[in-house]
Formats: sequence, structure tokens, C-alpha cells
Amino acid sequence: MTSNQVLSEVEYNVVGTRPVRPDGVDKVTGRARYGDDTNLTGTLQAKVLRSPHPHARVKSIDTSKAEAFPGVRAVITAKDLPFASLSKEELGGDYTALKFATDHMMASDKVLFKGHPIAAIAAVNGHVAQSAMDLIEVEYEVLESVVDVREAMKPGAALLHEDLRTNDMGETADTPSNISTHMSYATGDLEKGFAEADLVMEKEYTTATVHQGYIEPHNTTAFWNSDGQLNLWTSTQGSFQVRATVSNILRLPVSQIKVTPMEIGGGFGGKITAYLDAICAVLSKKTGSPVKAIMTRTEVFEASGPAPASWMRVKIGVKNNGKITAVETEMAMDAGAYPGSPVMQAIVCAFACYDVENGKVDGYDVVVNKPKSAAYRAPGAPQAAFAVESLIDEICGELKIDPIDFRLLNAAKEGTRRIEGLVAKRIGLVECLEAARDHDHYKSKLENGTGRGVACGYWPNRGFQSSVVMTVNYDGVVSLIMGSVDIGGTRASIAQQTAETLGIAYEDVKPTVVDTDSIGYTFITGGSRTAFATGIAAISAAEDVKEQMISRAAKIWDTSEDDIEFVAGMISHKSDEELRLSFKDLARQTATTGGSITGRSSVDPSGEGNGHAVHIADVSVDQETGKTDVTRFTAIQDAGKAVHPSYVEGQMQGGAVQGIGWALNEEYFFDDTGKMLNSSFLDYRMPTSLDLPMIDTVIVEVANPGHPYGVRGVGEAAICPPMAAVANAVTSATGNRMRSLPITPGKILEAGWDSVKS
Amino acid sequence: MATIFIPTMLQKLTSGIKKLELDASNVRQVVDRLDEMYPGIKDRLVEDDEIRESLAVAIDGDVAIMGMLTKVGENSEVHFVPAIGGGF
Amino acid sequence: MAGVTQVQTTLNGEVINFLCEPRQSLLECLRDVLGMTGTKEGCNDGNCGACTVIMDGRIVDSCLVLGVEAEGKDITTIEGMATPEGLHPLQQSFLENAALQCGICTPGFLLASKGLLDQEPDADEGRIRHWLAGNLCRCTGYDKIVRAVLQVSKAK
Ligand code: FES
Ligand code: FES
Repeated sequence: MTSNQVLSEVEYNVVGTRPVRPDGVDKVTGRARYGDDTNLTGTLQAKVLRSPHPHARVKSIDTSKAEAFPGVRAVITAKDLPFASLSKEELGGDYTALKFATDHMMASDKVLFKGHPIAAIAAVNGHVAQSAMDLIEVEYEVLESVVDVREAMKPGAALLHEDLRTNDMGETADTPSNISTHMSYATGDLEKGFAEADLVMEKEYTTATVHQGYIEPHNTTAFWNSDGQLNLWTSTQGSFQVRATVSNILRLPVSQIKVTPMEIGGGFGGKITAYLDAICAVLSKKTGSPVKAIMTRTEVFEASGPAPASWMRVKIGVKNNGKITAVETEMAMDAGAYPGSPVMQAIVCAFACYDVENGKVDGYDVVVNKPKSAAYRAPGAPQAAFAVESLIDEICGELKIDPIDFRLLNAAKEGTRRIEGLVAKRIGLVECLEAARDHDHYKSKLENGTGRGVACGYWPNRGFQSSVVMTVNYDGVVSLIMGSVDIGGTRASIAQQTAETLGIAYEDVKPTVVDTDSIGYTFITGGSRTAFATGIAAISAAEDVKEQMISRAAKIWDTSEDDIEFVAGMISHKSDEELRLSFKDLARQTATTGGSITGRSSVDPSGEGNGHAVHIADVSVDQETGKTDVTRFTAIQDAGKAVHPSYVEGQMQGGAVQGIGWALNEEYFFDDTGKMLNSSFLDYRMPTSLDLPMIDTVIVEVANPGHPYGVRGVGEAAICPPMAAVANAVTSATGNRMRSLPITPGKILEAGWDSVKS
Repeated sequence: MATIFIPTMLQKLTSGIKKLELDASNVRQVVDRLDEMYPGIKDRLVEDDEIRESLAVAIDGDVAIMGMLTKVGENSEVHFVPAIGGGF
Repeated sequence: MAGVTQVQTTLNGEVINFLCEPRQSLLECLRDVLGMTGTKEGCNDGNCGACTVIMDGRIVDSCLVLGVEAEGKDITTIEGMATPEGLHPLQQSFLENAALQCGICTPGFLLASKGLLDQEPDADEGRIRHWLAGNLCRCTGYDKIVRAVLQVSKAK
């Protein structure tokens, strides 16, 4: 019964097929070079000393004993970073931003989370560096800490930053606060909307701090050459982002830094922040040797960005027929130690699946004594979807309306104006809901003791900058050069779009991901943008190649370019059938017609290709233990056009499973002061193969008008629905509503069994 | 005339007006005209002559990639929306 | 510096000698001493399976084995899975089934799956899920990995 379906609207030759990925053989034979596989002669190992306290003032640091330890080559603290010798006057408006960025990398005056870097050591090997760490003496004055997002918002809460003031869309408050930002959007008339409702429900929801959980720990190798050039080999989602961060913190011009992105072992948003690069760079400068660092798993949990815990209040008014009349939400997310949670994305995404006339959303970004949060797949949106989709399920139960019918009645479509004001273009939510309704899974009978839930999710999918260069070899094979790091098959999907555009075989395109010196600026691989935006860059570079090939053919045939067409890999004279050349034939003649052909393109696509997903989850809940098992799961998603359906399915399945973990198991446990208690894979429990069924998929294809082949990003929408789908299924199985994630056996047992189906 | 949607939080400055029409050919002109009508509003949208980092301008639903220089069409809709970008 | 020991072991069919410190794990020896970086580190505490190798026919987390324990053992790593004739059927199946996204877990999954099918050539889905529970993959949701192993298993 398990299956993967693709509901295609349009077929192409290469786009939509499932070839083996170009980097595949290297990755199944262990030859692919990941960051930690970098090994330059004479490389020193670095270890970072981290704060044991979630909140403390640093009184003094004495590194002298560690420096004297045999095998240690250098020790650095925040004093060794440029910020220490810059003045407020020099920096002006950039002062606070640079202080936050530098302090996050290495604390100067205060530590703000357990795991906050305080010093770093480079030594002949990791064991020596580790031993020397105990010799660094740090004197702390421990301060009261604040861990819970709502506690941190209260007046009188312990303050992380004495000078942080709430920014209310450009207006700054008078008194310091842990609330860094408040933002609000509204549409229509909220009071009137709620007055018109037959039923108004309002509930509160919370979610726990969770981690992206990529298997490869953060790592980097730095070599600061004596000619002043800094080289970095690192595991990152964005080599240009690393370059920008390091340039900012080390006050170096970007052109003095070359970042080589190594193969990356997962990121999900967590490998955008550059945690180790500047540290290793400074150690390299001090020692004159290459310096490498790799985080331990505990460091990854305690000091790289988790996704924020959240508190959300949602209120929805509906007519008896299910039509929504008004919606309102307030969402607060913890940013961790420094401002910048994704709460604004959360409020924009919260109701984006629905056609809402009257609505208001408010978001609060709050600092607490936890590691600074980082992006995690559709940042902000999964928490918001959990809250909104749970309340909708509750309303459906109250009104006895089928949850898919309810959503179809209220679904956003082309032309729907969202609360923040933007109008949806052609989107595929309705098609996804219909596919869910018609799916065998949704029609199947529920087994005794099990429950079923559905939920939907949304992610905007914006574009941003990408650059691509391609050269035509004499044998007709095209070398495709790009700056987008390949985390999950984008070499394949960009090569496919190139081959499709040129009318050549997939095997005749050879993609390579290159360093920051070798290609134009390319934004991160993330935000579900790469197949879309780098795809557009590749298509337009391929168009550039086509034009040049036409002009070569014009030279060869001594005719005008206007007389020539390039169709399906053939270059032919429009009126003389005799004059035809295949791509390969013409490639062979490039040397004698003006030299090699190079196509190039840098793009910054501005349109959104909104992504929607609908998930159906069946669960069984053990009455004795309270343990929830997912017994069947179907993920449905609008991919616009799935370039490589297998990797689209992989994104859908991977997102669903991360969401299942978020729903049922995953959670940072903190003690009262904010010390994480479960910083290992043993105690932070992510789903294993044993915890899961097959994840069925349906790829819905509603072409994105903003892409030549209709492609939409797929990585993020996939993680928005699963928590609510699972929570709604648990309610269906136990009769109790779970409004706090994760839904642990303890919470289920505590809630008891209301109307167990048996 | 382009239609400008005033962000909810700035409607205090426009005495509750939610949208208005004005003549402008790029974002800079939009902001300057708004500021002539509602002094102080520019400061809330712009910092160091750029749209504030937390915001993005959207012209007819497309996020403006040239900031203050982005062209505004004759019948365009202009929105100031949360920036969903830097970072994932 | 701690004293070093000479270790003799059979690695991917070849008898080799290497020097290691008593505190070095087999994972460290493979990667740092022998330069065989195909075996990956995800946690260094036995909870992710990225470092899985086969030792005397059994799968082990090489981060939990000391280098000196390799003495006299027969060890297979990812570098020893393909032959000059071609990829191992599991490697081929992982490619065809798109059973990897980022690929960092892949060497570990391949060795663990080989360890299973070498012993139980007809393992079914339940058995495969059970056996692979010591290997974490954060990208795929396991669906395509399980399918790839099933395709090679005689059970189908
Ligand atoms: S690195 Fe050995 S089990 Fe994770
Ligand atoms: S493919 Fe990335 S962890 Fe498995």
C-alpha cells in the first residue's frame, strides 16, 4: 500500500526524471571530502573553552599555564579579536551589531549561555588541546539567569543585555528589556469579524527548544597565509555567508578571504552561522600553521543554534458552516542569547493557508540564557502551524466538520491577500488538499485504538542571488560551475535544468561547486531556494550559451543569426533543411569559430514561489505507557515541478520525520538556571528507522509562474504540518488535546483517556 | 498612482489611514512623499538610507531587490513586509 | 607524549601495521593515522552509527573501539566495499534509490546493512528497521534507505 505518486501537469525530457546524482559514487564509496576530511600538512587542532554558566560576568581569564603546556601553540580570548581594540566612536551605528556578532563567537565581558566560547587553544593534537583547557583559569561572577520566554518578557526579569531596548518597527522603547523586537500586522476589522462568528475559540500553545540534528558536527580548517590571504575549508550552507561573517568580525576585506565549501553533512539552517571560522583564523595567524576544529556533539547541542522554544496564543472565529470570520495571534519566541528569533516569519506564515478577511498577528523576539537560536527548516513556521492547525482541528471537532472540507472552504488561492498584505500568485494548496481527500490513506478505515490527524503548512520560498558559469567542452559536455553548496542533490537538479534548457543529455552536464574566488556571489543553500534560484541562474546561463552557439552557426553558414533556431539540442537553419548541427557537432567547431563558449548568469529572482504541504498522520497510543507510534504517514506537497522527484520525496520524507521527532520526542531539558541536561544523541532522542513507518508521498505539481519550468522550493513547507498532524491524531486516539510539544508519554498519561476509541 | 499600504504599526502616524495613493516612480520617492505627508514615518522605515533590516519592500508582491532604487509602476501596490531572508 | 603501540590488523583484506597511542579510538586511527576518511564521526560516543565498520564479521561503532583493540582483527571499512569490478550491490542500490541526501551517514548505513545481509540475506523490512536503529540519518526519514536495503535483500 505504500507508495510515491507524482501528479504531473507537464512533462519534460530531463526535468522530472530520476538520474543518479553526479556526486553519488563519491558519497557511497567514502571518497567525498567533507569538512573534517581536510588535512593539510602541519595542521594544528583547536579546542574551545566554554562557559559552564548560563549567565555570568567574566572577571578575569588567565591563560598562562595553558600556554606553557607542552604541545600548545597558541591560546586566544576575546582580546585577540579586532573588536577589543575598536572604540564606540569609530564604529558608530555598527557598534552593537559588531559587539553581538563578536561576543557570540567569543565572549568578552559576559557569558550568556552555557557553552558560550571564552577561549580557544591550538595544539599539536586534540588530546593535548583538551588537556590544556583545564589549565585556563576563568573567574566568573554568576548572575541570575532567565530561561523561559514568557518569564524573560516580564518587567523585572534578569536582563541579558543592559542596553537592549524593544524596537517597535523603528521606534525604540525608553527602558531596557529582553524583548528585542515587536512587530504587528493586521487586516480588516477584527472586532466586527469576531462579532460575526458563531464560534470563537482561543487557546495557548508551547513548543520546546529543539535542534536541527545534522549528523556532521560543525568543523572548519583555517590557514592564514603570510601573504595576508585567509583560506577557510568548512562545512557550511553558504560559503559567501561565512566570508561575510569572518570579514565583519576580523575587519578584513572580503577579497582577502577565500572560503572553500566542503561537502556538508546536513544543515537544515543550522550551518549558516559561522561559529568556528574566525576562531581558527586567529589561531592560524598566531601560529602560522593551518588550524582545524571540530565540535563535539555536546558542543553542537550546547553552542550551535537550536530552534527556539515558543509560546503562542491563537484565537479564531468561525461561522457554523466553518467559514472563518476572524483570526488573531500573539507569538513569542526565544532568540537565545542574542536577538534574532524567526518569530516574524512565524507570524507571516501563521494564517497564510487561509483566506482571512479580518486578522491580526503580533510577534515578540525575546532573548534568554540559551544558545543563540539559528534557522531550522522554515524557521518559525512549524511552531506557528502547530498552534494554528491544532486550533482548527479543535474547531472542526466542535462543528463536526471534516478537517479537509474545512480547509478547502477556507483555503488561500491565487488572489488571496494575506494579513501582511501580499497577494498570493498561483499556488497549489487546494490541489494538495484535494489530493489528501482523495488519497487511499484518508479514505482508509482507522484501526481500533488509533487516531488520525491532518494539517497543512506554508512557506514563502523567496529567491535571492545566485551565480552560474558554464563552459562548453569540445566533446559537447558542459561544465557547470556554481556557488550553491549541495546538501541534498542540487548538483543533480541544477544539471537537469541545464540539460533541459540546452536540449542535451543529463550525463553531458558536469556540475562542480566552487569556492568564493571562483564564482559570483551566491546566497546560502537554504530557504528552499537552490533548485529554484540557482536553477534560474543555470537556465539563463544556458540561454547565454545557446545565443553564442547560434552566432557560431551563423558564422559557419555565413548567414544571419535571425535565420537560425536552437531547438531540442539541434541548431538549424530555419529555411534550409540541409544546414543542421547537433550541439556536439557545433561544440567540436568552437575552436575554429572564435574559441571556447562560456555562458554566465547572476540572478536575484524577486518573486515568491509559495510552497504548501498537507500531511496525514495515523498514530496508535499505548494506554499503559502513553507511548505514541506513528503507524501510517502521507506527505502531500506542491513542488511546482519536481526536477528530481526522488530528491523531492526525500525532502518531504525527511521534513515529515524531523517533524515527527519535534512532535513526540525532541526537547532540550534545562535545569532552572539554563544548563542543558541532555546534550547527547542518547538523551536527545531523534527518530530512528525503528520508530517509523514508510512515509508515503504525493507530489502535486502546480507550476510556479516565476520559474521557466514551474519549480517551487520544497525543503521547508515539508516540516510545517507534521507536528499538528501528529497532535491532532493523538487527540483523535485519546480524546485529549495536547497543546504543548513534545507530546511525551508522561503528558499523555497525565491527560488521561477521555473518549478512547476501542 | 501607486497604492501604498501603511504597515499596521505605523498607522498611528497616518491617523489610522491604512492605504493611500501617491505618485512615485521608485521606493525612495514613496518614502519621501510619505514623510512629507506624515513627518517621522521615514525614520521608522529607513535607516542609513536603506530599508530597515527587519523589513522588505514588496512591489506587486515581488520583494524589491534594489531597495530604495526599485522602480514603482504606475498602478503598483507597495507593501512593507517582514524580511524573510537573511538566514536559512 | 603517551607511548605508542604497534598494531597489526587486516584492513579491507590487507595486513597492515600502524602506530597508535593507547587513548586513540579506532575511528581516530582510521581517519588521522591511516588517512582513511571514509569512516565518519557524528558523535564520538556510540550513538549515531556514522563510524560503523565491520570487525570480525560484526558491526561496531569504531569510535567506541580502541585502536589497539584492532590487533589481529579483520576490519572492513567503506573503502573496502567496492571492488575493481564495481560497486557493491548495496552501494548501487543506495544510488539508484536516492537513499542519501547529505551522505554523511551513508558509509555507516552501508556497512551496517552489509553486516546484516552478510548474515541474513533475506532480511525483511521489520528486521532491517530493527538492525539499522543504531544508525541515525537526519535527512531522509529512512524510507529510501530501507527500500534500498530491501531491494538487495532476497526477501523483497
Ligand atoms: S561517531 Fe561513533 S557512533 Fe557516532
Ligand atoms: S543523508 Fe544526511 S544524515 Fe543521512
